[in-house]
Amino acid sequence: MIPTPNNPELVPMLGISGLNFYYGESHILRSIDMTVAPGQMVCLIGRNGVGKTTLLRNILGLLKPRTGTMTMAGAPITRKTPDQRARMGIGYVPQGREIIPGLTVKENLILGLEARPKKKGKATIPTLVFELFPVLKTMLERMGGDLSGGQQQQLAIARALVGEPRLLVLDEPTEGIQPSIILEIEAAVRQIIETTGISVLLVEQHLHFVRQADWYYAMQKGGIVASGPTGELSNEVIQEFLAV
Amino acid sequence: MTALLNGLFDGISIGSVLLLAALGLAIVFGLMGVINMAHGELMMMGAYTTFVVQNIFKPLGAPWFGLYIIVALVAAFFVTAIMGLILERGVIRYLYGRPLETLLATWGVSLILQQFVRSVSWMLVIGLSLFCVLFFGTMTLLARRRNFQRIRNWVLVILLPLSTGIAWNVATWVGGIYKLPVTQPWFGAQNVDVTAPGWLRGGLKLGASQVPYTRLFILGLTIVCILGVYTFLHRSAWGLRIRAVTQNREMSACLGIPTQTVDALTFAIGSGLAGIAGCAVSFLGSVGPNTGQNYIVDTFMVVVVGGVGKLVGSIVAALAIGIANYIIGTNALGPFVASVPFLADFFAFFANASMAKVMVFALIISFLQFKPAGMFPQKGRTVDA
Repeated sequence: MIPTPNNPELVPMLGISGLNFYYGESHILRSIDMTVAPGQMVCLIGRNGVGKTTLLRNILGLLKPRTGTMTMAGAPITRKTPDQRARMGIGYVPQGREIIPGLTVKENLILGLEARPKKKGKATIPTLVFELFPVLKTMLERMGGDLSGGQQQQLAIARALVGEPRLLVLDEPTEGIQPSIILEIEAAVRQIIETTGISVLLVEQHLHFVRQADWYYAMQKGGIVASGPTGELSNEVIQEFLAV
Repeated sequence: MTALLNGLFDGISIGSVLLLAALGLAIVFGLMGVINMAHGELMMMGAYTTFVVQNIFKPLGAPWFGLYIIVALVAAFFVTAIMGLILERGVIRYLYGRPLETLLATWGVSLILQQFVRSVSWMLVIGLSLFCVLFFGTMTLLARRRNFQRIRNWVLVILLPLSTGIAWNVATWVGGIYKLPVTQPWFGAQNVDVTAPGWLRGGLKLGASQVPYTRLFILGLTIVCILGVYTFLHRSAWGLRIRAVTQNREMSACLGIPTQTVDALTFAIGSGLAGIAGCAVSFLGSVGPNTGQNYIVDTFMVVVVGGVGKLVGSIVAALAIGIANYIIGTNALGPFVASVPFLADFFAFFANASMAKVMVFALIISFLQFKPAGMFPQKGRTVDA
């Protein structure tokens, strides 16, 4: 059975119910209900300024909703701080990469280990990230701020992965990246899902990447206005919700 | 040439005092971006801690008295680190990203600390301790209630005057019973003197001049502190967390780093270093409530000239400012320009401590016109990140 977000028998990896967020008195997110099932890739689409990044920042705990609840694998996370959510298994690849510029590639990766579940023994960078992004292995001592945009994006994904997340949140990972690297990143994300079985929540404008997802949610004026399997994405929906 | 070399060493010696004083600020202001006007007062608290430790060791006599400096350094670090922790948790954490408010608040704290050392007595300590137990103890107990957030404001309105009243009355009552031993200020408004242990008295002969052992001790202490800070920041897990949080707080939090703990630890370490600096400067002159005020401008100058956020910048800036101060103040360049009367008069005019400072300030202002980000500005593709 293909897991779908609206399957009531599954405990969702991420569950959001009745979420409302305000900037001052401006109502930004309106009654958001969405779920990401375990092992599923869900894409959030919508034109610029509809509130996609604001929704992600609420999920990460960087912004506090006025009302609504959020759960992670059944456990409430609404009152958790961003670092607590990261340690509960939310990995984040932000828009603009946010690589820490004054740290080396290796140090940036080591920071990713902070979110790793507590285990016996010394935490080390898993070999999977170097299999996915071999270029990083050759640049371990380079400063993060000196990498190209594509290399920084690969580092950002690798950094999120070393924390062994259960839900990977990607905010426009192909923005400003050259086409050949976009294909590499797409392939890497697919491989991550296949080999680790984690869930992915993706915000994306690149149509080819959107079609890689299992399910989509479309946003307009701060609310979810459409959802369904990405296989059923019609040209009308794409025209309306993607900046293509 | 000998005069110039002596000037160079004296300049390094002055620079090392400046650097030691600025090292804590290089972390608090340079890394965290907090304009802590109370940094000088934390140094002052470190100096007073040294005075207290010295008085504890005095009755023990030799050889124990000679070792008090080691205990004083450790005590000064921990006392000021704890004070810094209280300052960060109590005031500064609410003001991150608001530099003007931080500046005003920490300036207020600096005035409170100055008055505190003038007025502190057993009576004040009893009153403050009782207030803390009553107020914070009750708040902690009540915070366990489910409806605490709803009743919090009412609790504050009732508990604050009640705790203050009880603490004040109990302290006054104790003062009335035991009189002077309890009510007399520990230090008062007068300056106090710290005596260097025997092995730090005298000096090392270098040619015609003599370098005091205390200066050499401060130089060594500065080197140890720099190496310690560098090793901690670049070789430890907490150092890596601190460098990450100071460069990108939000992303660090999203990676699972407890940013509030990192903030508190960073501020405590910066404050602890101020305490060590206070311990060192207590050998250079008497210690008073205004001791810290003498250093606050110089320390900010060192951090800004070096380049905010760059430890190596602070080191170079402190030495450069120290050497410039000494060379101008002692007219060490005078003999070299004696053949040009105008220049000889010019340097002679600035050849005293206060005028040398004016000259150094003018040079710094000119320098910052050309390099506003300091000697070692941040580099890289994402410098603004």
